[in-house]
Amino acid sequence: MPPTATPLSSHPASYRLEGQSVVLAGDWRASDPALPVLEEGAFHSLRPGTPLTFDSTGLGTWDSGLVAFLWDIKRAAEAADTALDTAGLPPSASRLLGLLPDRRADPPAGPKPQPNPLARLGAATIDSLTETGIVATLGAQTLRGGVLALTGRGRMRWADILANTTDAGPRALLIVGVVNFLLGGILAFVGAVQLEKFAAGIYVASLVGIAMVREMAAVMTAIIMAGRTGGAYAARIATMLGNEEIDALGVFGIPVSSYLVLPSVLALTVTMPFLYLYGCLIGMLGGFTVAIMMLDITARGYLHFTVSAFGIGQFIFGLTKSIVFGAFIGLTSCRIGLKAGRSAADVGVAATRAVVVGIVGVIAIDALFAVIADVIGI
Amino acid sequence: MTEETMLALDGVTLAFGPKLIQRDISLEVRRGSIFAIMGGSGCGKSTLLKSMIGLLRPTTGRFSVQGEDYWAATPARRDVINHRFGVLFQSGALWSSMTLGENVALPMQMLTQLAPDTIRRMVELKLGFVGLSEAIDLMPSEISGGMRKRAGLARALSLDPDILFFDEPSAGLDPITSARLDDLILNLRDGLGATIVIVSHELPSLFRIADAGIFLDARSKTPIAHGSPAQLRDHCTDPQVHAFMTREREQGDNNP
Ligand SMILES: Nc1ncnc2c1ncn2[C@@H]1O[C@H](COP(=O)(O)OP(=O)(O)OP(=O)(O)O)[C@@H](O)[C@H]1O
Ligand SMILES: [Mg+2]
Repeated sequence: MPPTATPLSSHPASYRLEGQSVVLAGDWRASDPALPVLEEGAFHSLRPGTPLTFDSTGLGTWDSGLVAFLWDIKRAAEAADTALDTAGLPPSASRLLGLLPDRRADPPAGPKPQPNPLARLGAATIDSLTETGIVATLGAQTLRGGVLALTGRGRMRWADILANTTDAGPRALLIVGVVNFLLGGILAFVGAVQLEKFAAGIYVASLVGIAMVREMAAVMTAIIMAGRTGGAYAARIATMLGNEEIDALGVFGIPVSSYLVLPSVLALTVTMPFLYLYGCLIGMLGGFTVAIMMLDITARGYLHFTVSAFGIGQFIFGLTKSIVFGAFIGLTSCRIGLKAGRSAADVGVAATRAVVVGIVGVIAIDALFAVIADVIGI
Repeated sequence: MTEETMLALDGVTLAFGPKLIQRDISLEVRRGSIFAIMGGSGCGKSTLLKSMIGLLRPTTGRFSVQGEDYWAATPARRDVINHRFGVLFQSGALWSSMTLGENVALPMQMLTQLAPDTIRRMVELKLGFVGLSEAIDLMPSEISGGMRKRAGLARALSLDPDILFFDEPSAGLDPITSARLDDLILNLRDGLGATIVIVSHELPSLFRIADAGIFLDARSKTPIAHGSPAQLRDHCTDPQVHAFMTREREQGDNNP
């Protein structure tokens, strides 16, 4: 919609200085872009000591546009050591003027000087160490809260856990299923194109099986959960922070770790292994569908090669990873929410950061697991 | 209805879905009047205000602005009418990712063709009215509750609207600032000819500034008295209104 143009007045606003008197005329409307402004140095010719008066007999309608102009005069007069006699003004204009301060607010301090790169590097290092410590402490507190709750000595509201778990589990089944199905299919497709050249098409089954169980199902599911649930946790906690809800919890002495973080982390650590198993199955199903369509192999053969491709060790490896991923996403996203700023934009920043940290972290942890697996020979 | 009626409600019923808040509200706000909406907490004052700024459509009845039926108008026309409204929300409702200055400037930047310099001056002026010139570059999260209220008021004045709605403007303010705010409201009315609808519990301030009003009852869910706060105090026989206006506990209310 175009901005509403106020009808320009038939009496344009004007002012002139007659001796010690300001003569105002016309309609002074703030929405009029051509409103006069006080010229720099207009008051040079004033005689200090005699007050400045106003003549508003020619004044038409007015609003804060006039008051803004009068305020400029007031401040200029203050600077020129001249008193104001507002008797000639409309009474409410002079009263509005009276509400305004005599002097302009001090200009805000300029930007702080940037510290040198070495200092910044040092600060960043200390910050990241502190952050790691805080996340670890939060994790420990959460674990302690969990243990206390399970042994009946601490408090945890099962309703929260249930709500969080439903959201992280059953509601995520569809998207986890779709992504893993497609992933399995893509793996089978890429594998089939290559392996068929060596007449080893049946090994597609092993390829898909081992890739899903060892890496893909766990990592993809974790990435989905980081985007879906981690972002939501961070946004929720950041919003609570902005509304002082976290402060209110603190005043009651309700630990954030057991009221907010524990249900979130627990929900993710409990559901992730199930989602992982489900992702494996669906991924293999995707691979199976593509392989059967593209290659000349039997369903029995595919199944046989899938089952013999990996041992129980691989499964446990994947399962462990998915639990670690779940705890990591839960903890980091809650922490990011807790240290967010207090504005609406900060909520967005926190959600984005939680997703980015979640995804990058999951992949980094996965790499770490690969190294460990290599060392201990799984 | 006279020429001078700015806002009129006629047999309006307000409800959130099936939940009835107030029924049968009829009132008239004259141009240049300061109209008080009174009543106990939770009786529907903010809801009534909401319906008068076009945020809640009444289930029955008619709401008109200078004789024009608000809800019968097209959405574009309603936008034009809304530009005449300045609203202070009960919670301030400042945009949290902008400084106070930007909060006041945004409506001017979006809806007028003023130059940035002029906007800056007007922002200083509006914040100066409420005594916040020093806080122009602060974020809403960095100021006190009372300051947030005042900043919300400065934002409501941003476009020099001629109809102002204030939801508890002086809640959370010290007596001196509160009295200053009353001066501001009176001068806005006298100087700019603004019509003001105000929700308030501050009796001294109500007696001083309001010249008309309505009293909503939470139990019967309907208005039980019309008139200026001073009239209601001196002449209204309804025990509940009387108790409210004189800060007494209602008779028969035995709670400690
Ligand atoms: N969005 C909403 N949905 C449903 N009910 C609501 C909604 N907003 C308010 N209410 C109900 O409407 C009633 C009136 O609320 P309202 O905010 O208008 O009260 P109020 O008179 O302004 O009270 P206070 O003086 O405490 O601000 C309350 O009972 C409240 O529960
Ligand atoms: Mg209210």
